[in-house]
Amino acid sequence: MTTLDQVKRGQKVEIYSIPDELIRAQAIRFGVAEGVIVTCSEKLPAGPVVISKGHQELAIGRGLAKKITVKVAS
Amino acid sequence: MQRHCHDLTATIEIPANKKKLVLVGNPNVGKSVFFNELTGLYVDVSNFPGTTVEIHKAPYGEDILIDTPGVYGVSSFNDEERVARDIILHADVVINIVDALHIERDLFLTQQVIDMGIPAVVALNMMDEAKDSGIIIDVEKLSKLLGVPVIPTVAVAREGIAELKTAIGKASCGNADPMLEDEFKRISADGISRADALLVLEGDEEVALCHDTAPQPLREEIYLRRRLRVNEIVEQVCKDVSAKKKLNKTLGQWAVRPFTGIPILFAALYAMYWFVGVFIAQTVVEITEELIMDGMYREFITSFIFRFTAEESFLGELLAGEFGVLTMAPIYLFGLLLPLVIGFYLALSVMEDSGYLPRLATLVDRMLTSLGLNGRAIIPIILGFGCVTMAVITTRLLGSKRERFIATVLLGVTVPCSAQIGVIMGLIAPLGFNYFVIYFLTIFIIFVAIGTFLNKVLQGESTHLLIDLPPLRLPRFRNVVAKTYTKSQAFMKEAAPLFVLAAVVITLLQVSGALSWLQDVISPLTVGWLWLPREATVSFIMGIMRRDFGAAGLYNMSLTPAQTLVGLVVITLFVPCIATIMVMVKERGWKEGSYIWFGSLVIAFFVGGILARIIS
Repeated sequence: MTTLDQVKRGQKVEIYSIPDELIRAQAIRFGVAEGVIVTCSEKLPAGPVVISKGHQELAIGRGLAKKITVKVAS
Repeated sequence: MQRHCHDLTATIEIPANKKKLVLVGNPNVGKSVFFNELTGLYVDVSNFPGTTVEIHKAPYGEDILIDTPGVYGVSSFNDEERVARDIILHADVVINIVDALHIERDLFLTQQVIDMGIPAVVALNMMDEAKDSGIIIDVEKLSKLLGVPVIPTVAVAREGIAELKTAIGKASCGNADPMLEDEFKRISADGISRADALLVLEGDEEVALCHDTAPQPLREEIYLRRRLRVNEIVEQVCKDVSAKKKLNKTLGQWAVRPFTGIPILFAALYAMYWFVGVFIAQTVVEITEELIMDGMYREFITSFIFRFTAEESFLGELLAGEFGVLTMAPIYLFGLLLPLVIGFYLALSVMEDSGYLPRLATLVDRMLTSLGLNGRAIIPIILGFGCVTMAVITTRLLGSKRERFIATVLLGVTVPCSAQIGVIMGLIAPLGFNYFVIYFLTIFIIFVAIGTFLNKVLQGESTHLLIDLPPLRLPRFRNVVAKTYTKSQAFMKEAAPLFVLAAVVITLLQVSGALSWLQDVISPLTVGWLWLPREATVSFIMGIMRRDFGAAGLYNMSLTPAQTLVGLVVITLFVPCIATIMVMVKERGWKEGSYIWFGSLVIAFFVGGILARIIS
């Protein structure tokens, strides 16, 4: 178990928990919910983490990524 | 009283007997192109979440077609969602536009509309791009699973529009989540519509308040079930046969990676500088201003006016004098501003239409975080380079009050609007690239300093970035031209009366002697501290009327390069134009509004004086 900001580019992870109900609701709309497997497609130095799932890409600010816990899937 | 409780027919003036067809879709799916195709009227086409804030409506046969802001779901997370929600709740038929490339994301909204029990039809748009990306969609099966008609379309090429029109008549209620039924029974006893009931179940406080009932805590449960349902549908109808990585995907990655993204950003800014600042501000303006307006037009209008009234009379001054309503106002408006504004909006529309803006938000997120903002704030900032007034309004889409205040201050103090940039570029370009760099750095340092300072002193916490990155695409010519036209027209409509008013006020000040009195009063500051000629005071006073007006005033003075630079820096940082001040007070209240106003005055003169000493 680790947080999303620790994930390396190209790594696949399973989302374990997302803080804050409002952010969870927004993430579900984009197809990202707890239990979903995503790929870290980009990571900016001290900046946002970009995750992708199929053709969907989401940029997540570093501060938020620190609060999202994930399980490394592969 | 909540907005939702109002009768929609009264809020946006729709005859009660007309059927309301509502266009619904995620941001950036080409909704506005459909609106245009279905009604024959062109409406702004946006590529960035958050740029279609206005509501567009038009007659469609016997009925009325209403466009809504692009949203990812129906709820009340922000203003646009509230606007979209209120319109959707009153819809007789929903025309849901779905991006075939983004079907997994978009069908969430589709399923929500279906769960609301509103008759719907789906237009599966951008089928050409989906096909190019190797996505095959079984349209018939999708229609069967959703329970509503699904029409494949390529809106910009007018494909599928006729079929969509036929299908609107066949709109149906679709297959809702069966588990919702029991929950509906529980609350629909109060006699509320099924659509309203769903939002109450999903915990929408405003809708619940309208019906005097308590919001239910079921949002997450319903959302998750809907997400799973959508994922199952997508799995059954979609096949991804793409083999190789597409060029636009690679480019999209380059745009957010700092190593390549920063050079791309600078290349984009330089291209803009060249196009607006060099080509338009010099080559084009030379023809429109010097040759046509200042040459031919001025001669024509003055000789015409002075046939009826003496040159020295008050009326003569007012109409055709140095700051005349028929001389200065139209010459600046059409000779100088119009070409610059068109040039700027062309460049901005290309950035918007290509999907570059959200990537830019990701790239600059890190930097904006230290200013107490997140990457999203780049939207109002970029818009501010178009029109600060408009940008201040869009600060509403930022997540917290704190962010909205910081963004408003940065916009009011440091961001010059398109018209002003045009004039600034026009004045700086002849001085050479070095002066441009000094100007840019000065403003940039102030920008960072103000943001960092406010981030330190203001209480509370800012929100984090969470943004969707749509695929990069080549901007479509038709969208870009139409968007530029709409925006330039809107700008001129707003600017023209203010210019005329400014001409009247300044003539009055001049004829009554107030202008030279003000010049005397302020001149110690202008001459003694900023080392500028006395007349520069006029520019500053004009700058309050419209910011660009102030910069344009410097055109007619003989200044040294250093003086020009100082004058421009002061005018950039100086108080925002009257329209912006009014919007700031409206959005932020009198107290914060006057802080920003007074603060910008102090900063402008302070920085100007320091700069004058440094560069001499």
